[in-house]
Amino acid sequence: MPDRFHVAIRALHWTMALLILAMLFIGVAMVSTAGPAYASLVALHRPIGIAILLLALIRLAIRLHTGAPPLPADLPRLQQRTARGAHILLYLAMIGMPLIGWAMLSAGGYPVRLSASLVLPPIVPQNLFAYGLLRRAHTLVAFAFLALILGHLTIALVHGFIRRDGVLETMLFARTPAALPDAEEEAGQALPADSGEEPAEIAPS
Amino acid sequence: MPTPHPSLATLTAIAAAPALLLSGFAWASGWVGPSRIGGGTIVDAIEHNAGKHDGYRRAHAKGICVTGYFDASGGAAGLSRARLFAPGRYPVLGRFSTGGSNPFATDGRNVFHALALQLTGPGGQIWRMAMDHTPIFPVATPDAFVALQRASRPDPATGKPDPTAMKAYLARHPETKAYQDYIAAAPLPDSFAGGTYYSINAFRFIDRAGAAHAVRWAFEPDAAFGALDKTKLASLPTDYLFAELRARLAKGPLRWHMTVTVAAPGDVTGDATRIWPTDRQKVEAGTLTLTAAEPEETGACRDITFDPTLLPDGVALSDDPLLPARSAAYSSSFQRRALETPGPSAAGKALAGKGR
Repeated sequence: MPDRFHVAIRALHWTMALLILAMLFIGVAMVSTAGPAYASLVALHRPIGIAILLLALIRLAIRLHTGAPPLPADLPRLQQRTARGAHILLYLAMIGMPLIGWAMLSAGGYPVRLSASLVLPPIVPQNLFAYGLLRRAHTLVAFAFLALILGHLTIALVHGFIRRDGVLETMLFARTPAALPDAEEEAGQALPADSGEEPAEIAPS
Repeated sequence: MPTPHPSLATLTAIAAAPALLLSGFAWASGWVGPSRIGGGTIVDAIEHNAGKHDGYRRAHAKGICVTGYFDASGGAAGLSRARLFAPGRYPVLGRFSTGGSNPFATDGRNVFHALALQLTGPGGQIWRMAMDHTPIFPVATPDAFVALQRASRPDPATGKPDPTAMKAYLARHPETKAYQDYIAAAPLPDSFAGGTYYSINAFRFIDRAGAAHAVRWAFEPDAAFGALDKTKLASLPTDYLFAELRARLAKGPLRWHMTVTVAAPGDVTGDATRIWPTDRQKVEAGTLTLTAAEPEETGACRDITFDPTLLPDGVALSDDPLLPARSAAYSSSFQRRALETPGPSAAGKALAGKGR
């Protein structure tokens, strides 16, 4: 079993974390204003959403192919299951939110315009009531997604700084488990022989 | 692995991360901080003013669908690279409407006569327009729009706006007073067919070299202009304009010429209450032909929103603050009515009545 996520998963995780947080902020800000920012935010929202969809699909494929490091054996079964369920929900949200947005615009008869010349085709037939439902779902799932992300973040920090069980490190780029404050400095000199990693590939910036 | 007893500092730091994110989110959404005017605020103001009519557009509630085509002459192709300006024929879906929130209001009112259009070009390019028969708008900003809706709310007892509130509003907004004077004096078209429909807001055309040209446009009718007798508006049949349009279209298609006005340097593009001098360069972009009208129950115009910021490549927004506000407000109205059951339209009711 690997001791951390595949480097591509880790890179995608942090890229997407930034994009998704930006998206939640853009989404909630754009519906709050009728000011000049509205049009620019809407124009940003669509292409970033589709980018997240593509990245999430790539990530899912890599994740299914490369697997995940095991959770600590001493973690209670219920917590292990909860973690697994939450991660499935996070993937569902990453893929579902852009799809709901795309379907919502399709049902509302909106052009799904990503850039000056790129307009995506509709993915569901035009239907006003379906638009209304999907539009509402887009908001509700966004709040659920935010709640999941806050929970995910908090628990990751608990693993990293209270339990110090190496779970947080499975998503980081440090060369050795960074549970100890000096781990980064020591890493260059004393790489654990059994790490199984190629240091050059995962060098921290 | 044993769980060490965490220090208070560690616990605080861990709690701070999600708390910070959540406060940022609350700020971005406007839940905390100064109150914002959003699309919902604008639609709330309209509902506060005019009451709520479930299932209908919150503004320009009374309307009829039309279909036809746009023949681009190529005349505007030098100003804009929009493929809809390359010579050719493009399908059009449209909607004639009268201003106000009551879908069964009488046509004999001195309000906007409006034409909304959707032009469909190649490659999924869509252009939506929402035009009025006056070249100017009563307000320049979303804030003023909301203030005007609040000030002009009819008093339930008298049916008239509170004169003190209106006076206070007009003292702060001479542009609305100027609009009122204009519309009081301007002739009111006696037919949708004879109306000129203006873009109201300025936009930018982007040419092939990427240069932007500030423009406005108008659809000028072939049909001769006739004016309603403003002293007899109250006795006009309720659905006069809509019935007259259907009767005309039954006889043959109706045409308008799309005339683009190009701003001179220094012309204000961010204020829909002011027109440009009449000597500005004008370019004819093509001809709109409308061939058929259908009530909203069966037409395709009801279930989309004519958001004037849905533009094809080659057309872009200007700095007019009304444009994002219109987009946000139309979206809000669209979301609200989408989940309500759409009611019958005045034109649909009139047709059903005739069939019996």
